[in-house]
Amino acid sequence: MNSTAALTTPAFNVDALRQDFPILSRAVRGKPLVYLDNAATSQKPTQVIETISRYYSEYNSNIHRGVHSLSEEATSAYEAAREKCQSFINASSDKEIIFVKGTTEAINLVANTYGRANIKAGDEIIVSWMEHHSNIVPWQMLCEQNGAVLKVIPINDAGELIMDEYRKLLSSKTKLVAVGHISNALGSINPIKEIIDLAHQHDAVVVIDGAQATPHTSIDVQSLDCDFYAFSSHKLFGPTGVGVLYGKQALLEAMPPYQGGGDMIKMVTFEKTMYNELPHKFEAGTPNIAGVIGLGAAIDYVSEIGLDAIATYEHELLEYATEAALTIDGLRLIGTARNKASILSFVMDKVHPHDLGTILDHNGIAIRTGHHCAMPVMDRFEIPATARASFAFYNTKHEIDVLIEGIENAKKVFC
Amino acid sequence: MFDLKDLYQEVIVDHNRSPRNFGKMESPDRTLEGFNPLCGDRLTLYLKMEGEQIDDISFDGSGCAISVASASMMTDAMKGKTAKEAEEIFNNFHELVTTDGSNVDSDKLGKLAALAGVREYPTRVKCATLCWHTLHSALEGEQTAISTE
Ligand SMILES: Cc1ncc(COP(=O)(O)O)c(C=O)c1O
Repeated sequence: MNSTAALTTPAFNVDALRQDFPILSRAVRGKPLVYLDNAATSQKPTQVIETISRYYSEYNSNIHRGVHSLSEEATSAYEAAREKCQSFINASSDKEIIFVKGTTEAINLVANTYGRANIKAGDEIIVSWMEHHSNIVPWQMLCEQNGAVLKVIPINDAGELIMDEYRKLLSSKTKLVAVGHISNALGSINPIKEIIDLAHQHDAVVVIDGAQATPHTSIDVQSLDCDFYAFSSHKLFGPTGVGVLYGKQALLEAMPPYQGGGDMIKMVTFEKTMYNELPHKFEAGTPNIAGVIGLGAAIDYVSEIGLDAIATYEHELLEYATEAALTIDGLRLIGTARNKASILSFVMDKVHPHDLGTILDHNGIAIRTGHHCAMPVMDRFEIPATARASFAFYNTKHEIDVLIEGIENAKKVFC
Repeated sequence: MFDLKDLYQEVIVDHNRSPRNFGKMESPDRTLEGFNPLCGDRLTLYLKMEGEQIDDISFDGSGCAISVASASMMTDAMKGKTAKEAEEIFNNFHELVTTDGSNVDSDKLGKLAALAGVREYPTRVKCATLCWHTLHSALEGEQTAISTE
């Protein structure tokens, strides 16, 4: 390693961290894998894989119900993961951490419970132009059911929210604002603190889609004062099929339950059922126990590296990649927000994103191409699709060099 | 090992760079739009029929190199064919891009055989067949846009 690199990132030893990810040493089409599709899902470190495997081989059992030792062990590991999530986002109580399938389910939960109970015909819900479909469609469905109206915060050519337009949309009719913390299609980091404060001046409740944020930046839901915050384990180096809905306790207490079933009740008779306390009221049925425990291990893992160190290193990667990309003739970046996470979305003059994706795959490079579940963003920039490279802390500048070379090679095929 | 050049052959690159039969047709008998929501590929086919025979055919729209080249080569191959012949070629083409090709009648395919490399990339098969599915539906008299999903 040369000394300047060592100076800019003290204590950040990428080579050592890469050793934690078994998949990073595999080959794809005869080339070393260069995994740049982290915004779709992240890879998993041995620490997570082994934690899940240990659960299944040593103490697999159902939780909250058994008196036997295995069940006690599983229950305490499951609840320990909840506490890890609580401190990870600095929630004030572990009752505010609801385990769900992922960000998508978390948002649907809020729409179906809080939304149905509190949002009426003529009320307004505000989302932004850069939302993932999972933070658009549940609100559209709610509007269809109850006659509420969906309003959209526009974005500028850089892919930033136009905050003046947001201010104009807010009114006494606004009941809920649902905005992504970081855009998966553009990389823009939104000013969520300001968004939340403005919404609260109008007594609107705020849902933050944190799917892209938790792997890149530390979160403090109390200082943000957000009402709901959703994230997915699989984007945070944990297993698929599990995620978290954070909600302020008072809101969660007042909300009707989501699904009915086991675990979410205190007592059932045919005349009346008493619902369980938080957080169990929202966790009907046997949950993804291994997944939750695995998420706990993932949180331990990233916390040990430190999100501030991760953010600093990734910012360096993004700057390096952006600079290199801009030297490529015919390449146009989509998403040039001043405040950006390590996501590089772009289009090329003569190379369609899908052809680029196939050609890069041939070089062992995994990127994502398409609309990234954000079709309104594609419409806004009048493009059918983009190519997107998204970086995690285990990516290297060398991998970016390989990417750039791959893009140049793709150009040669078509030009 | 599979070579990238087998997918992006010269003829495909060429048809992508300068697609044949590209452009809207004046007063076509049939017009149908095809859409691949996964890629955003979108094309419109225009047909002039002489009874059961394809008298003229053109397309426009935008998409990846595979979908544009495939539509360009398909339209070239379809002029003067009857609906039944078109269907037969489509079946052969489908075999070509989705199987190892052992049952393909390559005489029927001619230049279209250049797209065989697509079979190495299952996610790209839809790009190559979008124009064909659209043609199939247009010949069946379908009026509303079709989608590969
Ligand atoms: C910004 C954003 N929101 C929501 C989601 C949905 O997350 P999940 O599929 O894990 O529910 C994603 C994942 O692609 C995302 O990037």
